[in-house]
Amino acid sequence: MRIVVTVKFVPDLQSTRSFTEGYVTRTADDGTMNELDENAVEAALQIRELLPEGECEITAVTVGGPDAVAAVRKALQLGVDHAVHVSDEAIAGSDVFGTATVLAAAIRKIGEDAPVDLVITGMAALDGLTSMLPTALAQYLDLPQLTLASTLSVADGAATIERHLDDAHVTVSAPLPALVAVTDEANKPRYPNFKLIMAARSKPVTMYALADVGVDPASVGAMAARTSVVDASPRPPRENRVIVTDTGEGGRALADFLIERGLA
Amino acid sequence: MSDAIIAVLVERRGAHVAQPTLEALTLARTLGRPVAVWLGEEPPAAAVEELAAYGADEVRFAVVGDALRLPAAAAAALEAATADATVLVIVSNFTNKEIATRLAIATGAGMVVDAAGAEWVEGRLETIQTVFAATWNVRTRVNAERAIVGVRPNTTQAVLAEAPGAGTLVAVDVEVPASRETIVSVEPQAPADGVPLSETIVSVEPQAPADGVPLSEASVVVSGGRGTRGDYALVRELAGILGGAVGASRDATDEGWIGHEHMVGQTGTTVTPALYVACGISGAVHHRGGMQASGTIVAVNIDPEAPIFEIADFGVVGDLNDVLPQAIERLREHKAS
Repeated sequence: MRIVVTVKFVPDLQSTRSFTEGYVTRTADDGTMNELDENAVEAALQIRELLPEGECEITAVTVGGPDAVAAVRKALQLGVDHAVHVSDEAIAGSDVFGTATVLAAAIRKIGEDAPVDLVITGMAALDGLTSMLPTALAQYLDLPQLTLASTLSVADGAATIERHLDDAHVTVSAPLPALVAVTDEANKPRYPNFKLIMAARSKPVTMYALADVGVDPASVGAMAARTSVVDASPRPPRENRVIVTDTGEGGRALADFLIERGLA
Repeated sequence: MSDAIIAVLVERRGAHVAQPTLEALTLARTLGRPVAVWLGEEPPAAAVEELAAYGADEVRFAVVGDALRLPAAAAAALEAATADATVLVIVSNFTNKEIATRLAIATGAGMVVDAAGAEWVEGRLETIQTVFAATWNVRTRVNAERAIVGVRPNTTQAVLAEAPGAGTLVAVDVEVPASRETIVSVEPQAPADGVPLSETIVSVEPQAPADGVPLSEASVVVSGGRGTRGDYALVRELAGILGGAVGASRDATDEGWIGHEHMVGQTGTTVTPALYVACGISGAVHHRGGMQASGTIVAVNIDPEAPIFEIADFGVVGDLNDVLPQAIERLREHKAS
């Protein structure tokens, strides 16, 4: 069984983010792997643990600038076997379709050694939250799409998931190879232990440029993006905010506020 | 661009049209000629009438049955129904984003999700949305010829059309499986003959609708967190009197105090109601990201340092077991008067 887990480098959520000439700039030095991708790594590790030793191999792959290597390093610390980092100046400014194109090409490249059975992603990146990438990746790789998975089981050459939707819980199954996107309900990610952290230090990270994975630079990056940010500004802070301390009249004050605003 | 066809994917609850669709139609009228798209089966007459009242010139429907639950199948149906549309407006939720992402890849459309509005600027569609846990306003231009816009509920006020649309019912023929192989370029997973899709639906268990409107569409949301200690009676009572839906923080759903479907936050439901009341919720960044764009924010928390107060229009530092009963009583008096 070969599993590829996609991981994304994101800045610390508490860090300052802003836009410069239409691009996201971040002031944080200490970004890491997107928290929701920990669920994807965990899902892969749990599958590996159910199989005899040596019968499952997990590769973490990320796309991004030099900083992004921190994401696959984190995945190594959690216990994945291999790490791949696709980095190229031409990728900067890509929209989700550009990013998915590069990831798909990298996964195809990984599949050249031996076929990939399962691609696992998180449900969204906590910095962007558009949730579009898993679907785009499934389509570019022509894999069955098992997204929004609250549960995942792999058996008899098929993956089965549960989707917890507003109106229904839907169980969906697909033959491998398949793409699965897990939610944060799917599992509780483990913490890296000291032994794994030390071992991860000496593990190599395979670096690819666009040419290595066979992607035309003109098909990705800012110029190929179907959308572009034309204006961005911080939301003004809320004005006329009132905070009262309850000394016996707090509830009434709250109700009066709602009534005055026409909200009750 | 007023003659441009603006398709609106109808969001349904059973046989009814959900409120966010009426909001989307109201927005679509400002962009061009609205056409509603109903996927599933033939829509009931009352629904067609309602869609027309909000401006739909046509109501196109495609009979796809349960396959609707598979993004690839739904996207194929949507593609067939919107081939002549310049803009497709969807309600921004997880499943619609999946369907629309496939459609965007199939058609080359530019796609923006979680938008709060859209307009034409020099022949290009521009959208506004909030990002980074609703701390920034962003204006995005769609460079592609076609646009897909996901709009958040409660960001446009639904208004009846001055003159109703014709509401002409049009059946759309859909070859559900056809689109896949033409779109992709990688080694195909050749599907078995006669099996168009490689995913199989094993079971569908309908969920009883939560009390009142779904969280994502509610115009008032009252949420409880750790401060409730698992007792949602007061939160539910306040939600009831305000006509709102009940939400929760991740702490509370992790504790199993209330179902995951009530979770407001970046991995749960993102809400933008006119009024959000946070009871005993500290306001961790994950939670704020899911509600910060709400109209008016009211918070009750015993900890004066709770971050929720930084974004609250009105806050009460106090025990919710004291504050909420008094507020409920006062609101009841007001209602009766």
